[in-house]
Amino acid sequence: MITIQTNKEEDFYIIKVSGDVDASSSIHLDNKIGEIIKTEKKILVDCNDLQYISSAGLGVFMSYIHEMEEGEIKMVLFGLGNNVKNVFHILGLDQLINMVESKEDAKNLVDAI
Amino acid sequence: MSKTLNNHFKSEIDIHHMVLAVDEVCANLIIHSHNCDPNKSIDLFVDIKKKEVIIEIQDTGNGFNISNYQEPTINEIIVEKKKGGLGLMLVKRIMDKVEFIKSNNNNICRLKKKILTSK
Repeated sequence: MITIQTNKEEDFYIIKVSGDVDASSSIHLDNKIGEIIKTEKKILVDCNDLQYISSAGLGVFMSYIHEMEEGEIKMVLFGLGNNVKNVFHILGLDQLINMVESKEDAKNLVDAI
Repeated sequence: MSKTLNNHFKSEIDIHHMVLAVDEVCANLIIHSHNCDPNKSIDLFVDIKKKEVIIEIQDTGNGFNISNYQEPTINEIIVEKKKGGLGLMLVKRIMDKVEFIKSNNNNICRLKKKILTSK
């Protein structure tokens, strides 16, 4: 089960992902990111209520890295719990995807990168 | 699955990892071995021994031939937007041993992990 809520703060577009991002639900996240990168340049992903991520979810984030670099779109994940953070870490993806503790840190990082 | 392991493992991370590994194998089987046919089922066996846990995931679909599996590089995943391939990478990193066995009509995926910090 996945819930995706979005809102805007200043020029930051925030996607709040709650629940599980797995093989059956990751398509919703994929569609949402695919849609917003057409118009938004500063994207924050709120993972505070993200309980579980499997490879399908990792694949979604990975698949936009190239496109975001080309389009100068910045994306930062924040508020990841230990279990979720650890899944990125197993494959070393925490080196490729920006992740910080808080929303404030995420805003600062998006403006700095 | 979490409940079963919870009685034997101290580390929440270890339990989460094994649940993830089983999820990854099952997702692979549903997609590749069962072609997403909802009428097909998967059997899961968890055998907890003193020093290791052995998980068997069995199905009767087309199976999965690990010799055809070429682990993608991270760069291939980024550049070619390959969404597959990461799952088995995770399973191999998490578990100590991953085997795919064909036995009569059954496909068996056997995962083993040593128990380092048992309760």
